Amino acid sequence: MEALSTVLLAMLAGSLRVSTPFLFVSIGECLTEKSGRINLGNEGVLVLGAMVAYATSYETGSPWAGVAAAGLAGLLLGGLHGAVCSLARVNDVAMGIAIMLAGTGLAFFFGKPYVQPTAPLLPGIPFGFWSSSAQVRNALLVCPLFLLGIAAAVAMEWCFRATRVGLRIRIVGDSQDAALAMGLPIARTRFLATACGSALAGVGGAFLSLYYPGSWNEGLSSGQGLMAVALVVFARWNPINCIYASLLFGAAGALGPSLQTIGITWGYYLFYAAPYVVTLIVLIITARGGRSLRGMPGQLSIGR
Amino acid sequence: MPADTLLATDVSRRRLLAGGAAGLAALGLPGRRASAARPLIVGFIYVGPKDDYGYNQAHAEAAAMLKKTPGVSIVEEERVPESDDVSRTMESMIRLDGATLLFPTSFGYFDPYMLRTAAKYPNIQFRHCGGLWQKDKHPMNTGSYFGYIGMCQYLNGIAAAHATKSKKIGFVAAKPIPQVLVNINSFTLGARSVDPAITTSVIFTGEWSMPVKEAEASNSLIDQGIDVVTCHVDSPKVVMETAERRGIFACGYHANQSKLAPKGYLTGAEWNWITVYRQFIDDALNGKPIPNFTRGGLAEGFVKMSPYGPGLSDAGRKNVDSVKAEMMKGGYTVFKGPLKDNKGNTVIPAGTAYPETAIQLESLNYLVEGVNGAIA
Repeated sequence: MEALSTVLLAMLAGSLRVSTPFLFVSIGECLTEKSGRINLGNEGVLVLGAMVAYATSYETGSPWAGVAAAGLAGLLLGGLHGAVCSLARVNDVAMGIAIMLAGTGLAFFFGKPYVQPTAPLLPGIPFGFWSSSAQVRNALLVCPLFLLGIAAAVAMEWCFRATRVGLRIRIVGDSQDAALAMGLPIARTRFLATACGSALAGVGGAFLSLYYPGSWNEGLSSGQGLMAVALVVFARWNPINCIYASLLFGAAGALGPSLQTIGITWGYYLFYAAPYVVTLIVLIITARGGRSLRGMPGQLSIGR
Repeated sequence: MPADTLLATDVSRRRLLAGGAAGLAALGLPGRRASAARPLIVGFIYVGPKDDYGYNQAHAEAAAMLKKTPGVSIVEEERVPESDDVSRTMESMIRLDGATLLFPTSFGYFDPYMLRTAAKYPNIQFRHCGGLWQKDKHPMNTGSYFGYIGMCQYLNGIAAAHATKSKKIGFVAAKPIPQVLVNINSFTLGARSVDPAITTSVIFTGEWSMPVKEAEASNSLIDQGIDVVTCHVDSPKVVMETAERRGIFACGYHANQSKLAPKGYLTGAEWNWITVYRQFIDDALNGKPIPNFTRGGLAEGFVKMSPYGPGLSDAGRKNVDSVKAEMMKGGYTVFKGPLKDNKGNTVIPAGTAYPETAIQLESLNYLVEGVNGAIA
């Protein structure tokens, strides 16, 4: 039983620690895709955000300035994607890949001098103060960015459901004809949705370099941005579902190391694949009966 | 194959440039290479970034020192994956840069990529870090070099034994290859030479560099109650920083990481590659054959220990110093019978001893008694 509680605690801790970048990138991507555009560049934005946040925190001594700078970097790179995709006959998938490579390239180039130094990191909020167990206290040491991400997801869901702005974004994303008939500014809406979505992804990068694992180097993201883009499909374009999907992904990712510490040592490569297996299973279950891609915005280039 | 076409265009472009240069030289214009004697061009290939606080930095620091050597020119490429990419990098260093001595430094480059490229270019010398070169199996223009860093991990283990209170120490490992296993076993044997009650928990991350997974592994180990950690991953930065943040002790690996953990750093196992590279390059400049199989330990200056950190007691320092003095005589033996693996099988019978130089250790495939973990 003790072993089981250890694994469960590790998975809880892992989901709180690892999920935040997934959460930010996926709600950012959710916003962009709701407006009818895909941004695969968010992997590049994540890496650039991580590097900019670390560099800014090191230079100014303020990690929150780093978070702001990461959001700004994301806003600019996402704005570039949004602006180029507004031109006629530009494929947003291809452009997204270009943005991804540009973002990682820029981050590696300008990030070289910041691999060695140690920057001030974001403080955690100790929700585990009531416990005498060091494991519990550490597991419940929560980054403020995680709470910010949850708040952003809830706010975004409310915005889509209950506000005029949200309705306009959904119309632009679902039916270009209806948007034209209503006189909505399609290009501007998509541009803003892309830029703001990438700003969120940039903040997700700040979490990587300023909280967990809390240092800048070139292998930092290792594909998390791309996984988060896939999580949006998994979450059926619903920001609240993005929270669950990210937590599940984080928990599944913590399974491999924690099983090894309690002595289950066979097949750790299999356990490392757990997040992907979980994704597959959930996708298969939710897609049965011809209801595949329910909730997908009608104007997405992959759906048209 | 697209790779080959790419290479073919690269090479034809090079020929064009070479032709142009020859033309200029013929016209009596000063050409850089035409006037001076051709320098020895040495290529270094790294699997990760050069400033990773770890494996690649240890090599790159030595390469940087070599740049000052007259008559030697260094070309480098970092972040080269252990795939066909490294074959392409080697070919371009040979054909475009004119390199005649190559150091592909990552374990996975050896077989098949380096061996294949070496067969294609018999006049180019290849020396690989860490591979097990065998005379009857591998081409004579290839070779391998490595240091007995397991000895330093044994000393790390002694230091860890003096610092631990929970009698549980941890190891974050990348892949279960012999060199990593030797390190895990040496660390454990070192600690258990001080106190046989100590156990080592090991977590394999499966990748040479995966920061989030390394942080998860360190946190999992610390949650289990381990209070000293060391590692064998390409960049120990994340492991050291996590240990320091959680207030436990750490032993370094590859390079000196004391700056990352000023409170908890006990000591560390470091490479000293300049000894090897200096020797190889002197041989090449003097026209002597470069050895095919080079190994060395503390005594030969291939590896060294980090200065002690504040967490190591005087008794611990004395203990490490005295064992290190024994090792400096060369041929120190850590693996000696009777030795059991962690499944209870006898792996080294009584009366048999494998000193640091023993070739058997380079194909080691077990974890010793006292290690919690498994290879597969």
